[in-house]
Amino acid sequence: MLMSLFYIFIFPGILFLSIYGIILEFVDRKLFARFQNRVGPPWFQPLADFIKLMGKEGIIPTHSDKAMFKILPAFAIAAASVVILYLPIWSTNALYSFDGDLIVVLYLLTIPTVTFFLAGWSSSSLYATIGAVRTITQLFAYEVPLFMSLLGPAILADSWSFSGITEFYCNNPLMALANIPGFIVAIIAIQGKLERTPFDIPDAETEIVAGPFTEYSGRFLAFFRMSLDIEMIIGASIIAAVFLPFWSTNIWFGLLIYLVKTLLVVFILSLLRALMARIRIEQMVNFCWKFLAPLAILQILIDIIVKVLI
Amino acid sequence: MPKRVEIPLGPQHPALKEPESFTLYLEGERVAASNVTIGYNHRGMEKACEQRSYIQDLYLIERTCGICSHSHTTAFITATEEVAGLEIPKRAKYIRVLVGELERVHSHLLWVGVAAHEIGFDSLFMYSWRDREIVMDILAMLTGGRVQYSINTLGGVRRDVSESQKEQILKAVDILEERTKYYIEVATTETTMMGRLKNVGGLTYDIAMRFHASGPLARASGVTRDVRRDDPYLVYDELDFNVITNDGCDVFARVVVRALELMESYKLIRQAVKNMPDGDLTVKAPRKLPANEATVRYEAPRGEDIHYVRGNGTEKPERVKLRAPTMANLASISYMIDGGYLADVPIVIAAIDPCFSCTDRAISIKQIENGREDKMDWENLRKYSIDWYKKRGFDGHKIKLMH
Repeated sequence: MLMSLFYIFIFPGILFLSIYGIILEFVDRKLFARFQNRVGPPWFQPLADFIKLMGKEGIIPTHSDKAMFKILPAFAIAAASVVILYLPIWSTNALYSFDGDLIVVLYLLTIPTVTFFLAGWSSSSLYATIGAVRTITQLFAYEVPLFMSLLGPAILADSWSFSGITEFYCNNPLMALANIPGFIVAIIAIQGKLERTPFDIPDAETEIVAGPFTEYSGRFLAFFRMSLDIEMIIGASIIAAVFLPFWSTNIWFGLLIYLVKTLLVVFILSLLRALMARIRIEQMVNFCWKFLAPLAILQILIDIIVKVLI
Repeated sequence: MPKRVEIPLGPQHPALKEPESFTLYLEGERVAASNVTIGYNHRGMEKACEQRSYIQDLYLIERTCGICSHSHTTAFITATEEVAGLEIPKRAKYIRVLVGELERVHSHLLWVGVAAHEIGFDSLFMYSWRDREIVMDILAMLTGGRVQYSINTLGGVRRDVSESQKEQILKAVDILEERTKYYIEVATTETTMMGRLKNVGGLTYDIAMRFHASGPLARASGVTRDVRRDDPYLVYDELDFNVITNDGCDVFARVVVRALELMESYKLIRQAVKNMPDGDLTVKAPRKLPANEATVRYEAPRGEDIHYVRGNGTEKPERVKLRAPTMANLASISYMIDGGYLADVPIVIAAIDPCFSCTDRAISIKQIENGREDKMDWENLRKYSIDWYKKRGFDGHKIKLMH
């Protein structure tokens, strides 16, 4: 019981996620700034932003659905945080694991995006509504390639749980080489899920102000931003667990490897963010269905062939 | 028919650097119709010019625009000198051309950054603005100001260009040329950027002619129109340069035209530095100018800038009229954004390189209660302001001035 509470609230639960989320946001912002030949923020900037937002007045629009407006940020942060319990962190085993948690994790990972949609929709502002519609359109574009890119490795590992997949690839590291197309698809889809350039269409600043979050302020906005940070950890952890088979039996060394792996993923995500311009929503949907989805299907085919061969 | 949603883009919006209102009627992500309203930034410049002397006007006119300040003063001062019948020294003309072309470089580099930001390409935005600092530093070295150069004066220029300054200019131009080549390469090869810019905001040759587009906007639609060549002022007839045109008719063509114009500007700067003759900087100018009038066209970075000055024998002009290039280009905006995507609206607006604050010459008042629009003339505006203050308990007539 006590151990469960420790897992949920301290490590790897809320506290660890919040702190590591803030650290990752700093790393992302600093890297992005350095790629652009800027100095970038000091190390405490994301923390200062969070504290400042928490201290600000949260304005709720008169015409909005007030209960929804207040509850949704908590929903987003909760759904994103729960996922960490099913992901392997310091060893190949997650804290809780059962055959099929792959599906549960992906399902839970969809919830924050749906809350962004609902947040935009219930704040009854024009920009927020357009942003909400774009969020959900984008969800239909990247979600299927993301699922399929994880399906291939799962087929090869013959397991539907993250712990099983990680264990298989750690025992057979060369097998991970078969998953390179899936790795590319997953990275791009995660970039879309986190709504970052070139897929920051739902909150395109120069078009629709801040998208679904236009009406949000104060601690509600702080929670939404925190949920995005946590989503970044989760996305990086999923990619680390499935596609990067390095591990250690020592807890501390394993944790270090985990941190290095997630930082590597964040580095790639920042690089993508700095390299490209924002595309249009219809270009995004086209790209995801014409290139990402076939690539993900190719991944599944490769995995089936490799499985038959061995 | 899908339901139309009306969304306001402006007067306050992150995509716009200055207040201007675009009302978009959306069908899904498509813009079905649009409405452009100007008049949020009326400053009464023309009227103010009539109440000041020519020299004071020069500094006021310089504040018309925060970017092409030299264009406005040069156009105004050329018109004024025509009214006065002055012929300024050749060296002064060369210095005006030099500063004018440096300003064009700074304006176009600024535009590259703004356009990149509008399509979410912040890396290019940061890079181009970093390199813009080079030309800003050169301008600060030459004139003492980064934005407001104040180099023109009635009858010539206020500062000379020394040999060491010439060397620094040439050195800076070499660096900038290198960087511009890199930007051209990025803009023409980067996939996401091409995807965002090609076939967006189409403006064909005929439509561009009909809407009187000017500057890079017109030249990107294949219209060979450049005041520097059509109606040479200063010493442009002695310098060798090409008028860049492109038949792409879309935003991408406008990027290409501006990028290649940068290269032409570097050529012009080198020539201006090399060919600059020795001589005086100013001729003596009278304080009171004769009753005479003059209209001057000037190729500003954004297009054709027109200034009209009429003197009446006193030291103040009787009438000053200025038409900023954005005024000519605004008419095309509605045509270009209709039928396109909402996502393309900011970049299409940015592609005319708008300068809304320079444009406004009138104010239109909309009654919130009944939606009626009124145009106000000087008398009405004055009465309105007096009434407005009276309603709030302040009566200007009761104030006793100390004499």
